[in-house]
Amino acid sequence: MATRDEIADAIAGMAIFVDLARPQLIGVASRFEEAFFPADSRVLRQGLTGSGFYVILDGEADVVADGQKLATLAKGDFFGEVSVLLGEPPTADIVATRPLRCIVLGGPAVEGFLVDHPRVMFRMLQASARRLRNANRRLTANQ
Amino acid sequence: MGSEAYPPGEYPIVIVGSGPGALQTSYFLGRLGIDHAVISGDSGPGGMFRKWPFFQRLLSWTKPYAPAERDSREFERWDWNSLLALEPELRGIATEFMDGTSDFPSRPLMQSNLEAFAERTGVTVRFGCRWESTRREETPDGDRFVIVTSDGEYRCRFPIFAVGVAEPYRPATPGIELAVHYADTRDAPSYAGKRLFIIGKQNSGFELATGLLQWASRIALSSPSPAKTSIETRSLVGVRARYVQPFEDSILGGGVDILSASTKGIRRLESGAFEVQLERSDNAMPMTVEADEVIAATGFTCPLRDLPDLGVATFGQSKLPAQTDFWESASVPGIFFAGTITQGAAGLKKHGIPANSGALHGYRYNARVLVRELARRHFGIAPERPALDIGDLRDHLLAEATRAPELWHQKAYLASVVSLDPDEGVRDEGIMPLTHFLDADMGDAVAMTVESDGASIFPVLYVRRGGNQEEHALDPDPLHDFEGLPHRRALATILDRLTAGASAA
Repeated sequence: MATRDEIADAIAGMAIFVDLARPQLIGVASRFEEAFFPADSRVLRQGLTGSGFYVILDGEADVVADGQKLATLAKGDFFGEVSVLLGEPPTADIVATRPLRCIVLGGPAVEGFLVDHPRVMFRMLQASARRLRNANRRLTANQ
Repeated sequence: MGSEAYPPGEYPIVIVGSGPGALQTSYFLGRLGIDHAVISGDSGPGGMFRKWPFFQRLLSWTKPYAPAERDSREFERWDWNSLLALEPELRGIATEFMDGTSDFPSRPLMQSNLEAFAERTGVTVRFGCRWESTRREETPDGDRFVIVTSDGEYRCRFPIFAVGVAEPYRPATPGIELAVHYADTRDAPSYAGKRLFIIGKQNSGFELATGLLQWASRIALSSPSPAKTSIETRSLVGVRARYVQPFEDSILGGGVDILSASTKGIRRLESGAFEVQLERSDNAMPMTVEADEVIAATGFTCPLRDLPDLGVATFGQSKLPAQTDFWESASVPGIFFAGTITQGAAGLKKHGIPANSGALHGYRYNARVLVRELARRHFGIAPERPALDIGDLRDHLLAEATRAPELWHQKAYLASVVSLDPDEGVRDEGIMPLTHFLDADMGDAVAMTVESDGASIFPVLYVRRGGNQEEHALDPDPLHDFEGLPHRRALATILDRLTAGASAA
């Protein structure tokens, strides 16, 4: 993975970018940076400010809060957006369970990016709605 | 210094390269008495500064009359171009080469600065010794890396590659072979009266545009994303302020066009000129620009040769090696990196702002931290850990935040660490990567950093106690002085909880 074209190819089928045409995908590849995290390294740290918005290109990571694994993320999943949007530190660690490649956008750049790409914002909202619905279902089931 | 130094053979460490990253690493290894070899295919020290920047003026400043003594640690904050030295008389060497024309030294003066450092410190390099390939060998005494060179084979436990990000990168655009790479730009007068198209809107593209403003008849620069200046990003991300003139020309309609478009192809016209085919980023519509010259200011990649075949993972357009907190290959333990390549260990990039590991004023500290860690981990040399009086802890931390050049140049990346061990007492652990502090199991400790959120610069104290971590951002100060009463009070409140009031005594 390296060039803008290759990154554009990699993200083309991802749900969050599914509405974007090729030039917009190239634009995404230009605005985001590629990042690599070795297995067992922490990508996001619970309680630490200043994080960014990540989309996984390859690899896997666990969502861990207070030492408890909550979920596993893989290619096409994204994380960090809640912290960026709320301006609050992440409520969980993201820990690479095997070598992890992501594209990342620094927190201060996220608002401008989403405003420039309303279809990405819509897909992000959709994903957030699904997560909220699933959390509600779990809550209801546990009552 | 010369081609007779370091004959092929076995050394504990072999450094490949002779740019500032290699010189700095060799210097600190030498001062700790760690045997090593330094080899380079170049004919003298300096690395990329023997050739670039093309217009012969650096982007990094040295201020000879800054408000600190030239031989002090504090002075390094204002001197981005001197390599570090323990001996006071070997510090701030770059100041001797400033000729009063600019606080940005010329390329030849930078080269002289680096040559002087090598000569005065006794850092020796085997020049004209070209790295050709690499392999691994098992021996009864453990694995060795074999560095095959034009002079023979070098065996070592730990190679350190300080080979820069210096291999011209060309995207796979149809017709890109018709463009000249930045690295092959001709003398400025040869562009007189030409219509110039520059692919790329990073510093190298704007450096060329700035230098050729008085020569070219028109200049167009293009890349898919809008160009931002370092003033807008409030960091070294973006086009440096030195190169804003093309922006003004563009805004005022003075003959520079700054485009946001993907380059889809280049073709030669019957007239001999070139047609650059573009796709606009805003509406995906095609457009063409006719030019007499096309220059690809598309960046550089790491010349890692066959290291990926050994398993060294790389990432990004520059093919940077993926690295640990201490600049070791994340996929092949034992292989280390120094110099501008250390930007591959990105750290936290808090608030989207990167460290300055890609530049000398950042990676010179990475080299010192790397050598300290190598010495501790593999050569049985324990780092100095001076004891601190608990009553001095607050003032020590605020002095570091205000004056430590490591923290100012490597924001949210390098931290000044103090351990608080019940048995050993309070110890100054020195400078270490912030990510290491956050992730390593090293008992109760505090770490001070300087950080920026894109709006202001402020100190941050990280506290680790009983397995828990806290982050405490202190207020910024208009003069960046964090040693005044408000910061003393604020930090005392935090530290009192840790040290039962003794720190603010």
